[in-house]
Amino acid sequence: MKPQWQILVVDDEEIMCESLAAWLREDGYLVDTASSGREAVELAKKTDYAIYFIDLKMPGGMDGIDTLMEIRRLHPDASIIIITAYATVDTAITAIKEGAQEYIVKPCNPEEISLLVGRIIKVKRLQRENLILRKKLQRRYQFHDIICKSPRMLEVLELAREVSSLRSTVLIRGESGTGKELVARAIHFSGNRAQKPFIAVSCAALAETLLESELFGYEKGAFTGAAERKKGKFELADGGTIFLDEIGDIGPKLQADLLRVLQERSFYRVGGSEEVHVDARVIAATHKDLRALVEEGKFREDLFYRLNVIEIQIPPLRERREDIPLLAGHFVERISHELGKPVEEIAQDAMRLLMDHSWPGNVRELENAVERAIVSCRGRTLTAEDFSFLRNNGAAKIQMPDNLTLADMEKLMIEAALRRTGGNVKEAAASLGIDRSTLYEKLKRYGIER
Amino acid sequence: MVVGVFELRTPEDRAVPQGVIPAMAAALEQCLPVRVAGLKPLEIPQGAYDARRAQWSAPAVLESVLASLPEGIPKALAVTGVDLFIPMLSFVYGQAQLKGRAGVVSVARLRQEFYGLPGNEALLLERARKEAVHEAGHLLGLVHCSSPGCVMRLSVQVGQIDLKGEAPCPSCAARLREVSA
Ligand SMILES: [Zn+2]
Ligand SMILES: [Zn+2]
Repeated sequence: MKPQWQILVVDDEEIMCESLAAWLREDGYLVDTASSGREAVELAKKTDYAIYFIDLKMPGGMDGIDTLMEIRRLHPDASIIIITAYATVDTAITAIKEGAQEYIVKPCNPEEISLLVGRIIKVKRLQRENLILRKKLQRRYQFHDIICKSPRMLEVLELAREVSSLRSTVLIRGESGTGKELVARAIHFSGNRAQKPFIAVSCAALAETLLESELFGYEKGAFTGAAERKKGKFELADGGTIFLDEIGDIGPKLQADLLRVLQERSFYRVGGSEEVHVDARVIAATHKDLRALVEEGKFREDLFYRLNVIEIQIPPLRERREDIPLLAGHFVERISHELGKPVEEIAQDAMRLLMDHSWPGNVRELENAVERAIVSCRGRTLTAEDFSFLRNNGAAKIQMPDNLTLADMEKLMIEAALRRTGGNVKEAAASLGIDRSTLYEKLKRYGIER
Repeated sequence: MVVGVFELRTPEDRAVPQGVIPAMAAALEQCLPVRVAGLKPLEIPQGAYDARRAQWSAPAVLESVLASLPEGIPKALAVTGVDLFIPMLSFVYGQAQLKGRAGVVSVARLRQEFYGLPGNEALLLERARKEAVHEAGHLLGLVHCSSPGCVMRLSVQVGQIDLKGEAPCPSCAARLREVSA
C-alpha cells in the first residue's frame, strides 16, 4: 500500500473545499478541509500535511497570505499551493515571494492539478527516502560490514540473500554480539524493500507499556502526556521492514498484539479506535531459546510459529574462529581511521591471543577489544601487550577454592555455559561436550534455573 | 452490493444516447462485485446549472442524487449528458463519493462529437463502460491506481480513457475483495 499523504484544503467556500477534497481523495490522499485561515492554522498545528491548498481571497481576520505565512512558520517543509481567481494573479506573485510553491488559477484543468500534486508528492517521497538513506549511511554498520569466510557464516548470508525479497517473517537467533541486526539489515537492503524504511526496535530496552506505544503509536490524549498523535514504529516501517530485537523479552499482552499484526497486518494505535493497515516485513531476533520459552509457557506457541517462518541461526564467534583475523583486521582499519591513530596491523602473538580467546561477547566484544587496544597502542602494530586485558578474564585462570567438590565444579561449569549461551541448552550442551538430554538431567539434579 | 443506475434527464440535445445505460449496467456487473438495479430517471436539478460556465456543478448534482436515493438502494450512479465541473476544475468526467453513496458520470466529453470529430457509437459505449466502472469503483472504496491497464487509473484526457481497460487490475480486484469481505 502506498503511504497516505495528507492534504489540507483551505477555502471559505464550502463547495470549493469539499469538491476539491473529494477529487483528491479519489487519488488516494487523506484530505481535510478548513473554511478559514484560523481553522487552517489550528489544524496545521496538529497534523503534518504534505500539501496545503489555500485560497487567497478569504474574508475575516486572516486572509490567504497571512495563513500562508503562519503555516510556513509552522511547517517550513510543507508545500503550499495558492488558489487564485484571474483577477488576483498579482497577489499570487506576493504569495510566491512569501514562500508559496505554486499558484493555480481557478478553474484549472484537471490535468494541470493532477500533474502538480503528483510532482510535489514525488519530490516529497524522494526527500523522505533520501532522509532515510542518509540516516542509514550515518550508521556505523552497513551490509558490507558483515565480514566472514567461515562456511557457516557464508551459509547464513546466502540464506539472507535468498529470503531478502520474500515477505515472510524471519527469526534470527544468536548470542549477544553476533550481529543479528547486521543480518537483518542485510536482508532488508538486499531485497525489494531496500528503498523503504528499515526500523529497528529493541524490545528489551523499554517497559511493556512504553514499548506498546513505541510500536503502535498513540492517539492524542491516550494517556497523560500524549499531547499529539504519534506514529508508531510499525507505521514508520510501512512498505519496509521492522526489526524487533530481543523478541523473547516481551510480555503476554504485546505477544497477543504482535500476533494480531502478523495475522491481519493491521492494528490500533494506543487509545485509538481506527484500524491502521501496514505492510511491514517483520524480522525478529533473540538470544534466548524461544522453543524452550514456549515449552515453559512463557512465549505463545502461535506467535512463535508466526515468527519462525524462516529461521536463521548465527553461529557464535568461537565456532567460526577462521573469521577472527579477517574481522580483527577490518576493525583495525576502520577504528584506527576513526580515531586518527596510525595503527596498521596486528602482531602474530597478539593474533594468537585473539584466536584463543572464547569471545563470550562475540563480534561486538572483538570490536571493543580492538578499539581498546588501539587506544593504548603506541606504535603501528598491535602487540599481545596491547591485548593484555583479555588474558585477565580468559579461561586459563580459574581460581580453585579448596573446599570444592567435583559436583560443585560441574554445577559451576554448567551455569557458566548457560550464561555464555544466553540460556540456550543445545549450545550449552555442545560447549560442555555432552548431549542435550544429559544436560537436562544435570540441570534437574543441581536445581539450576535457566 | 446493489448499485442503482439511472439517467439524470436533461434538455433534449443533451440526453444520454440510447444504449449507453444498458452498456454501463452490463459492464458494472461484469467487472465489479455488484448487482445493478435500474432506477427511474430523474430531472437534473436546475440549481446545479452555472450560466457563466455553461456547465453543471457535479457537487450540486451529487447532493440531489443523495436526496432522492430510494430506500434499499445503498449506492447509486447517475448518468447525464451534460458537461460537469467542480469549482476548482474546468471539467470532470464524473465524480463519486469515495466509499460513499452517490456518484455521477457525464457522457458529454466521451462523445467524439465534443471534439469536432465524426460520431462513433462503439467508442462512446466503450468509454461509458469504463467511466461507469471507474466511478462505481470509487463508490466501493477504490482509489486511483497507477497500473497502466487498470480501470482505476486516473484519466484527465479522453485518450487516457481509451488506453485503459474496463476492469480493475489484480491488485485493485484484491482490494475490492478485502473491502467487500
Ligand atoms: Zn477517479
Ligand atoms: Zn488497479
